Amino acid sequence: MAAAVELEGVNVTFGDFVAVKEANLTIEPGEFFSFLGPSGCGKTTLLRTISGFIEPTRGQVRIGGADMKGIGPNKRPTALIFQNLALFPMMTVAENIGYGLRVRGVPRHERDEKVKNLLIQVALAEHGHKKVSELSGGQKQRVAIARALAVEPSVLLLDEPLSALDLKLRQHMRSELRAIQKRVGITFIYITHDQGEALTMSDRIAVMNAGVIEQVGDGRAVYAEPRTPFVASFVGENNQIRGRITARDGAMATLETPLGTLAGRNPVALDVGQEALLFVRPEVMQLRANGTTAGFEGEALDVAYEGSVTHVTLRVRTGQKVMASLGANALAALPTPGETLRIGFRPEDALLLARPERH
Amino acid sequence: MSGSLAFVFGLPLAVVVFFFALAAYERRTGVASGGGFFQRNGLAIGLYLVLAVGFWAFFIILLPQLAMVDMSFRPKLPPSQMGGPKDLYTLENYRYFLFGSTTSTAEWNWLHIKAFFLTIGVSIVITLINFAICYPLAFHMAQSATAARLRVLLLLLILPYWVNEILRAFAFRVLLSSGGIINQMLMGSGLTDEPIDFLGADVGLYMGLSYAYLLMMIFPLYNAIESLDKNQVEAARDLGAPWWHIHAFIVLPHAKPGIASGCTLVFMLTAGALAAPLVLGGPRTLWFTPIVYDRFYQAFNWPQGAAYAFILLVSCIIFVLVVLKAFRLSLGEITR
Repeated sequence: MAAAVELEGVNVTFGDFVAVKEANLTIEPGEFFSFLGPSGCGKTTLLRTISGFIEPTRGQVRIGGADMKGIGPNKRPTALIFQNLALFPMMTVAENIGYGLRVRGVPRHERDEKVKNLLIQVALAEHGHKKVSELSGGQKQRVAIARALAVEPSVLLLDEPLSALDLKLRQHMRSELRAIQKRVGITFIYITHDQGEALTMSDRIAVMNAGVIEQVGDGRAVYAEPRTPFVASFVGENNQIRGRITARDGAMATLETPLGTLAGRNPVALDVGQEALLFVRPEVMQLRANGTTAGFEGEALDVAYEGSVTHVTLRVRTGQKVMASLGANALAALPTPGETLRIGFRPEDALLLARPERH
Repeated sequence: MSGSLAFVFGLPLAVVVFFFALAAYERRTGVASGGGFFQRNGLAIGLYLVLAVGFWAFFIILLPQLAMVDMSFRPKLPPSQMGGPKDLYTLENYRYFLFGSTTSTAEWNWLHIKAFFLTIGVSIVITLINFAICYPLAFHMAQSATAARLRVLLLLLILPYWVNEILRAFAFRVLLSSGGIINQMLMGSGLTDEPIDFLGADVGLYMGLSYAYLLMMIFPLYNAIESLDKNQVEAARDLGAPWWHIHAFIVLPHAKPGIASGCTLVFMLTAGALAAPLVLGGPRTLWFTPIVYDRFYQAFNWPQGAAYAFILLVSCIIFVLVVLKAFRLSLGEITR
């Protein structure tokens, strides 16, 4: 079976501006795939390239194995859900959902039947005759999904469709989207800047920065095994400490930092003498006994007690802020701001990555 | 005379009192949200606004029209007999339009009736032509032109209207006359041996009329299409719609108020145009407005002219309202 979407050396430039640079990617049929990145990273451009609104400057987009060059968005087996949904305000809910079928010349009774089924599927059976403006935010969302599904696309593209909703509804829609995807079984390509959305819904995530796909992997991989400093710092909270590699020992390495000699895993095989960044997540930080030499000291600036976990922001010797999320068992008493704490981490919980040239 | 003086000063006063009463009513019933009209604007400015609007509405708009309506129902009399025993309300001016005589109803006044329907019919055609010309341009300006391109287009659209209407009409006449540039070019290139009588065939008239009110069509259309979310066009395309389907079912329904407003303006103005029909009308074409003009200044029959003008106005209003109704638009919507 051919891949749902393949990108091969896709470049998109607008004048001098490179929006997407050398994107190579294979998205499997039935996959829930997310592009995650900050705004302006090129993820929307890439989505519009897949849907056909933008032709790649260089490279090839294949959908279901077929080259999409010169094929317009109205001829591609994709359907796009817009950030603002772009429902047609002068049509009823049912007419909105049936629009794609009407364009395709599907006979009326067949169209009505299908629209009815879709309305039931998205739990809007009673709302078919209503104007779009009479619906709530979540209902509009479901109309947009039904309208896109009506044309039976092989790939559904979603451009941050949840960003306009309030938090409660957003969380509810996450599981609903996931459930719909499981039910219809087609490929979903989802664009978001919200890592929570990407991590909870996706089978795989492509993390993008400045037009470049930095890493592709499942949620655990991009969170626990980031391969670039951008991914390490963008996905989840992370502390980074600069240093220079002084020794290698199998999969581990030690580095010299202003905070002392620290060690971590070395997955990208950095060599002795190389500039490196050490990434340590707040939740792997541990308290160390005062007076020992393990770890490093810092002054507690801010203490946020959350019950099961306490978030402490420390200012270390270099002036840098380091975050530590300490479990309830780790603390005998809550630290007070101004108190000096000694914290450390197990080397296998820290990660070494090459320091980018310009930083 | 003292009666009319009291009218002139009493009317604005009545308006002011009316507005005060309205404001007081609003305050008491709590219909008004926020401060009242005079609280918001202050007494001086509020009073000025009410007076100015009242004066404008009554003296510039309503009163002259009422005077014309009144006049249209009176017989033509020498000044000495005005207000005398013979100055009675009569339908003879309207009768003249239909039957060509103030007394007999034996024969229809085909000349004037034909001119009337020609004017209405051609105005409809001109309105449609204008729409056909302006819609693609307005769509381009509103949806796909860059900011720089838009500025250039707007300038190109507005600048030609600095030339006044009479001059423009005569320029068309010169251009299209049998010795004009177009005929010279046609004959020079051997396409025809004889000059083509563009003016006699009313080509000039249609060109002049179409051109005269182009802006009245393009700006309402532009405004309406500009407010359409680009994503809607893209969504329709993404769902598989060909371009004509997008225009017919997404853009046009959205732009309906703008289309109605543009078409109404162009139709009304074209039906009432005077310069272009006078200068560019062919010898065999009798437009209605020159007839009205003739009633006033050739026949010196002002009551009859008033009746003719009033017939045109009322017919146009009725026609527009019927068309709006047919397209399920309310009058309020076209101002959006």
